[in-house]
Amino acid sequence: MDHDTEVLIIGGGATGAGVMRDLALRGIKCLLIDRRDLNAGASGGNHGLLHSGGRYVSTDTETAAECRREGDILKTVAPQCIDDCGGLFVAVEGDDPEFAEKFPEACAAAGISCTPLTADEARAREPALPDTVIAAYAVPDATIDPFRLVLEQVSHAEALNGSRYLPHTGIEGFEIADGRIVAAKARDLKSGEALRITARQFVNASGAWSGKVAALAGSEAVKVTANKGTLIISNTRISKGVVNRLRPPGDGDILVPGGTVSILGTSSVTIDDPDNYAPTIEEVDRILDEGTAMLPILAGTRFVRAFSGVRPLLASAGADGRAASRGFTLFTHGDDGLSNFATIAGGKLTTFRLMAERAADLVAARLGNTTPCRTETEPLPSGPGAGWTEPGASARDWMARTDPTDTVLCECEMVARSTVDEILTQAPGHEEHMGLEAIARRSRIGKGACQGAFCAMRVTSHLYDMGAYDSAQGLAEMRAFIEHRYTGTRPVLWGAQLPQTELAEILHVGLAGLDMIEEDR
Amino acid sequence: MKHPTRRVETQLAVIGTGIAGFAAALFARARGLEVAQFGHSGALAYTTGYLDLLGAEHGRKVDDPWAAVAALRRGEPDHPFTHLSDADLRSALTGFVAELNAGGLGYTAPGDENLTALLPYGVTKKTLSVPETMRPGVEALAAKAPALIVDFDGLQGFSAREFAANIAATWPGLTTARLAFPEMEGKQVFPEVMARALETRKTREEFGARIKPLLGAVEYVGLPAILGVNGPDAVRADLEERLGVTLFEIPTIPPGVAGIRLREMFERLLPARGAQLEPNLKVSTVSFDDGRVTLGLAGPLENLEVRADAVVLATGRFLSGGLGSTREGVFEKLIGLPLRQPGGRDGWFREDYLDPDGHALNRAGIPVDAQFRPVDAAGHPIQPQLFAAGAILADQDWVRSRSGAGLAIASAWGAVQTL
Repeated sequence: MDHDTEVLIIGGGATGAGVMRDLALRGIKCLLIDRRDLNAGASGGNHGLLHSGGRYVSTDTETAAECRREGDILKTVAPQCIDDCGGLFVAVEGDDPEFAEKFPEACAAAGISCTPLTADEARAREPALPDTVIAAYAVPDATIDPFRLVLEQVSHAEALNGSRYLPHTGIEGFEIADGRIVAAKARDLKSGEALRITARQFVNASGAWSGKVAALAGSEAVKVTANKGTLIISNTRISKGVVNRLRPPGDGDILVPGGTVSILGTSSVTIDDPDNYAPTIEEVDRILDEGTAMLPILAGTRFVRAFSGVRPLLASAGADGRAASRGFTLFTHGDDGLSNFATIAGGKLTTFRLMAERAADLVAARLGNTTPCRTETEPLPSGPGAGWTEPGASARDWMARTDPTDTVLCECEMVARSTVDEILTQAPGHEEHMGLEAIARRSRIGKGACQGAFCAMRVTSHLYDMGAYDSAQGLAEMRAFIEHRYTGTRPVLWGAQLPQTELAEILHVGLAGLDMIEEDR
Repeated sequence: MKHPTRRVETQLAVIGTGIAGFAAALFARARGLEVAQFGHSGALAYTTGYLDLLGAEHGRKVDDPWAAVAALRRGEPDHPFTHLSDADLRSALTGFVAELNAGGLGYTAPGDENLTALLPYGVTKKTLSVPETMRPGVEALAAKAPALIVDFDGLQGFSAREFAANIAATWPGLTTARLAFPEMEGKQVFPEVMARALETRKTREEFGARIKPLLGAVEYVGLPAILGVNGPDAVRADLEERLGVTLFEIPTIPPGVAGIRLREMFERLLPARGAQLEPNLKVSTVSFDDGRVTLGLAGPLENLEVRADAVVLATGRFLSGGLGSTREGVFEKLIGLPLRQPGGRDGWFREDYLDPDGHALNRAGIPVDAQFRPVDAAGHPIQPQLFAAGAILADQDWVRSRSGAGLAIASAWGAVQTL
């Protein structure tokens, strides 16, 4: 099957979805594609921190100021995706007091509000802080739900002008003639069918893969390093707001609340292959050991999962990993002899809107569209099937419904059948046969204490009942989903979480026979 | 408030109320010993109801469990089965099934070959003995007989369409139907509640009347396991007479009825056999002195102090609370017994969840001697009057090898032989 659109956007992360909505607001029709699904890369593998910029004041004033401006904008236009919980920067005994002393001045240089607190005031705000606090400052950190953010943007773009999103669609090459890309050669990775997508403009927003995609268009200009960051998720919320360690960035020095849980991170490891990475036990131990110095409560905390994302860092000036700039670059590809191709790369979740604006400005100008960018002021509406990734949202909804036929499929996170059905029929991507994994990505399915042990089975049965599955494919997808969840639980299996995995194996192997499917056939 | 302490004297104390604990208590009573049994875990709720001896090895299904056990003894010299002969295993399994039958739960006689039994999502498994309510499913599958699979409005985790779609390669042509369960229309339904409802004649009448129009030309009707908690064979016989077809049950996800049946049956049978059973009391201390054992238990109204000549530890693994873990290692929670376990956490679990060789941590546990007495690193018994049975034993992976019931029953049998 072939597609024709004004703009093809490659990469369903925050940036790609942001470009899609920005262009749709200017009346430009887009097709957004992703090799896997929305938020499959860095946009789904982060701690959901909406940076005040405080994190970067000591190394990169420009990025810090950008974070501050963008954070303020997003708090205004997309409040449903944000928990404006505030944040602290905290130094404890053993940390460099000089670094701490310079912090307010560095914040001022980037225009970031920074309020000094006494140790007692800090502990009054965050009772989990230890007696060893030597310096504390309050900053306007917040948290953002990156899944909801992307879903709402795609949903809005689709509603605005019929722009579309296609999951599991990978780029394999480009047809180029006379300095223009004529078409993208793609493939539906689920059916194996080859696709030809014609468009007037092509945008590469594929994050850690953007170098590879640019190379398919013959450009060697985009040099992106894949930098793996690993985080761990606790079973309960440990802090009211964000807690940052006040020292040069290291592992295990940010604790970010996310609804009913907290996320601790982050490690930083440069990797060769952005398609092949998983959190390791060594990383988890390092994050936890570092984090415990700032928050001793973490030593006895139950963690339900570890996960990793790949930061797309622009390989500039020889720096990599933590030292690399969090800034972004818009590649116009004029030097590559291409007049209708753009790559937007680098940057951060917090600055995605600005990145999208820059890319959309270029694309609109190339199309002769003079409508200005509106994402700075236009509120992001809440779309159908897009509001279920926030911890607690489905539980609140289910309790408000009081419908006895609306059974709960996921008991840990209280995700009801009605929620799954809404996602199945209305969420972005629903046109393309949604299975367990796609539904889990758009909800809290599989994210609670049991990590999908029960709900994967209940949701799969429900999908068979709904006709979403009618062959052995459904059970195979359930197995793949469970196997993938395990890569995140494996590094945190001790204490209270270990029996969950023992139970899961009793269910998945003993009761469901998932290790024996092929033996039967 | 200080609770009064009740003192109990017995010959054998059994800690644990899973299959291993119940089997140990029954086998000890059969040998004429005084028995007191304690436990608090509900892990029996996770069973399918099937009694496995050995259903898989290295990710392959096993048809002849006796040949596979012989191979296991050669290949895994530390496996608990190496302490028992085939005659021991047969005595244990046959004796246990006889007790189940006497307790009112029909089970097929353990034979020479494994049966191919049904699982809830249309995959099959090899097992040695099945409840009579599930036996026709084994036969219908073998005959690829025309069958109707029924599921229910509001019942989670069991879909007739899912079962049929996944078993189609081996058992094609199944038909499916969905019913509203009588007097539970328009709400969530649970297997245990449905099962208890079917113990009344009125519900069976209405239930039968709803299935009857769907039968067509089928010979069998498959249902999730809901045919009564007490006396399921009578519930099945009554419905079969009403419908004129053969019924079979398919296990469901927890909390499933098969485990509830076993638990309730044991809780009736053990006292009837003369054992003292406290199924909701947790043992908090165990000490050894003067060649005897003392257990301390804290109850809601009174504390118990149990003095026994010997004790069988059948407390299960992590889920049941027999084992615990930290980032540094695994420990036995009640007595602090030495465990055989893999080195660092990196070696506990394989990278692939379903790796056919299973996870090293699942083979961690209590090493025992030929009398099932926990031993130290040098192989010497920790205490002459301390025995262990069931999933807590080292050097076995009961989930992967489909040997949970067999391991529990056989090790319990072995543990009481020298008493």
